[in-house]
Amino acid sequence: MESFDLASLLFYVFAAVVSLSAVMVISARNSVHSVFFLILAFFNASGLFVLLGAEYIAMTLVIVYVGAVAVLFLFVVMMLNVNYQRLRAGFLKYLPVGLLVATILFIELIALQYASAFSMLSMASISAEIPDPAVTSNTKAIGDLLYTRYVYVFQLAGLVLLVAMIGAIVLTLRQRPGVKRQRIYKQVNRKREESIELVQVESGKGVRS
Amino acid sequence: MSPMLYGSITLTHYLTVSSLLFVIGVCGIFLNRKNIITILMAIELILLSVNINLVTFSVTLGDLTGQIFSILVLTVAAAEAAIGLAILVVYYRNRGSIDVEDINMMKG
Amino acid sequence: MSLDEMIVAIVFLPLLSALVVGLSVRRISDKHAQFITSGCMVIAALLSLFVFNSVALQHQFTTIPVLPWIQSGDMVSNWALRVDPLTAVMLVVVTVVSAVVHCYSVGYMSHDHHKQRFMCYLSLFTFCMLMLVTADNFIQLFFGWEGVGLCSYLLIGFWFEKSSANDASMKAFIVNRVGDFGFALGIMATFLIFGTVQFDAVFAQVPQKADTLMQFLSWELNTMDVICLLLFVGAMGKSAQLLLHTWLPDAMEGPTPVSALIHAATMVTAGVFMVARISPMMEYAPTALLVVTLVGAATAFFAATVGLVQNDIKRVIAYSTCSQLGYMFFACGVSAYSAGIFHLMTHAFFKALLFLGAGSVIHAVSGEQDMRHMGGLWKKIPYTYAFMWIGSLALAGLPVFAGYYSKDMILEAAYASGSQQGQVAFILGIAAALMTAFYSWRLLFMTFHGKPRASHEVMHHVHESPPIMLVPLVVLVVGAIFSGMLGYYSFGMVDPHGDFWGTSIYMRPDNNVLEAAHHVPEWVAYSPIAIAILGILAAYFLYIRKPALPVRLADRAKPLYRFLLNKWYFDELYQALFVNTSKRLGLRLWKSVDVKIIDDLGPNGVASASAYMGRLTSRLQTGFVYHYAFAMLIGLVVLLSAVLLGVIEGGV
Repeated sequence: MESFDLASLLFYVFAAVVSLSAVMVISARNSVHSVFFLILAFFNASGLFVLLGAEYIAMTLVIVYVGAVAVLFLFVVMMLNVNYQRLRAGFLKYLPVGLLVATILFIELIALQYASAFSMLSMASISAEIPDPAVTSNTKAIGDLLYTRYVYVFQLAGLVLLVAMIGAIVLTLRQRPGVKRQRIYKQVNRKREESIELVQVESGKGVRS
Repeated sequence: MSPMLYGSITLTHYLTVSSLLFVIGVCGIFLNRKNIITILMAIELILLSVNINLVTFSVTLGDLTGQIFSILVLTVAAAEAAIGLAILVVYYRNRGSIDVEDINMMKG
Repeated sequence: MSLDEMIVAIVFLPLLSALVVGLSVRRISDKHAQFITSGCMVIAALLSLFVFNSVALQHQFTTIPVLPWIQSGDMVSNWALRVDPLTAVMLVVVTVVSAVVHCYSVGYMSHDHHKQRFMCYLSLFTFCMLMLVTADNFIQLFFGWEGVGLCSYLLIGFWFEKSSANDASMKAFIVNRVGDFGFALGIMATFLIFGTVQFDAVFAQVPQKADTLMQFLSWELNTMDVICLLLFVGAMGKSAQLLLHTWLPDAMEGPTPVSALIHAATMVTAGVFMVARISPMMEYAPTALLVVTLVGAATAFFAATVGLVQNDIKRVIAYSTCSQLGYMFFACGVSAYSAGIFHLMTHAFFKALLFLGAGSVIHAVSGEQDMRHMGGLWKKIPYTYAFMWIGSLALAGLPVFAGYYSKDMILEAAYASGSQQGQVAFILGIAAALMTAFYSWRLLFMTFHGKPRASHEVMHHVHESPPIMLVPLVVLVVGAIFSGMLGYYSFGMVDPHGDFWGTSIYMRPDNNVLEAAHHVPEWVAYSPIAIAILGILAAYFLYIRKPALPVRLADRAKPLYRFLLNKWYFDELYQALFVNTSKRLGLRLWKSVDVKIIDDLGPNGVASASAYMGRLTSRLQTGFVYHYAFAMLIGLVVLLSAVLLGVIEGGV
């Protein structure tokens, strides 16, 4: 009888919830519900990461994915006014074939683990030894590695994010005709000659004749 | 070698979870009949499964490189989600709907 | 000029003039073209007289090599000009008649727009005929054979705007082809048996192969019989003998000079020439000789019966030609080759004279060819009338004139041959002689005598031909009168003890038909003359005395009349048997095989299959991205499975 400790139990809980949430993400009728289940899946995955001892990844997952990406999804779902969707008629026709192929893929992915190459795992060369977690926290260890050996990659990742940001703005920015806007540079560069006109007004008559 | 895998939880368990998430994500792409946002969410699930895989191996082999890679995957996933949604918004502006069945202009 | 040079000049001058005129059509004037071609022909004719003198009378045989031509393993065929007495006689005949026709055409075709092409074709034809007669081996003979067939096609269809001319030229060529097929088989058999196609080499080996058997289709037959019969099939086609005769009457669609040259004097006699040339082989093929005799006799009879009732002036003469050719063949069939060639020579002169005279008549009545619309012309075109009389007298075989000597010789030889087929040939020949005389005078009387049946317009325009057309005819008249006597007495062409032919015509030592022919009973010798006079009287009675009688006779014997008028329904028979069958076969092959099977499996099928595959494949492009993603997934699964199952080496 193996010891059924908390860690194993937590693993099974997290694993089950992540899987079920994933299924619900793709099959929920209401798109907002889909997003919520996605958030749930992210949280549980984060839990799995903690169990693995990669707490930095776990927290980053929560901050980035849940805090940014999922919220972004929610924004878009709300903005596009995605309604309650009815299941299309063709769904059931494709379901068996799709499920079959997916099942085959799943079985194969499992079967890979029993392939002979797995036994060579122990002989894999390690390029960055994980330091003792009692001494160095996961965050510090990652930081030590990231800013030294992988600094260029890190900068490139930043650039990728920059490009994404610019891209998002470029794609969605539109000038609507008829919307009044301030053009600051015009305001600032206004000269006295083009804005003020001295008029001698006769009494009893208006400014303009 | 694997200080972080507790008790009876082995490499296999984590990899199974990862595979399951991957397969579910893939199913979500082509089995969905609803809208494009579902596809984007399924892609996020796939990337999540990849992350689990990377970290699992990193911990199993004791090599921190896997976690570095996982951070980068995270970065790219975020960027891709942003751009994908931007495209979706513009598409919606032009077409007025995001039903997957209406997107067949490449038919030929 | 040496003999060799003269011979080369004779053969190549026509070719030269044909090429020069043919390649510069419209760049030189008509007059120049006619002058060049006719001039060369006249020179060639004069030279051929010298050659005849040297070769035939002074026995200077010669063979002039020209070019090595085909050398393929054992099959060697070199181009050489072989001149022996047989060739010399043919040279004279061909070149003289051709020269006459060239000069005559200058006048006859004066209103035509394509004079130059005509002259070019005439000269080209002459060259091919000369190739044929100077051939030293079978292949060269065949080259000339085909060449004259080609020129015949070109000349019959000269007025190609007329569809009837086109049909006639095609008919001539195709029927000739049937004969040529047999001829080619004969040549191949010769090569197979003798290992060579050169004449002398073959003839030397004939006695050895005389009684052997060879495999033909599924039977074992006498070698020489097979070869000679196959070669004779070619002669049947070329010389319009009984079964392959249908093209000759229709060949009258061509201009009259063409009919005179090709279908009277030269091309159609190529068959007779060929049979005489292979006399060493024929002598050892008794069955072949039998067949030749019977076919010749049958043709002579058949053509004469049809000629009795024809109304087109040229057709009467055409059937007469066919009939006379039959005579020549059955002469060869009873081994009297020299008599056959002798008749060939005399016939060339008087038949060409008749044709060209008929051309004069047609010219005079503004193109009318139907004798029922002629009549009462003799005072208006006296020269033509006289020439036609001379020609007819020669044809009928009345004494002094050329035909008497040759025709009599043939009939006597047939009688004297002693064999059954000889007797049959004699009887049929006599019957044909009767009919020949009858229809010749029928032609004369209907055309020149009686009340004019043409319109007043036409009669007003009747005029004698210009000298350019009449003077050449004088040459033919001289030939028609004197060639018989010359041949018989001076050259001794049919003298059994004479040495005129040398080795060019071979007769077996035990063959004494010529000798016997000179000693036949009196009645046999005089019967042709008597028969001819009978025929003339009958024609006189029916066409001058009681002109209404022929029509009444025709009405009384309507089926017989129609049978003869429609040429014994040969054309209809062939149409039903061969033409319609091949048409249907061709149609079926076209519609079912070519279109449905070949086209649909080939280009069309491949094209439509590609289009179909394209359409199928384009259905994969649904436009839905998730379909594409699904396809990618399937690809991934397949690849993964392949790796796992060990199909692809993947290190697992």
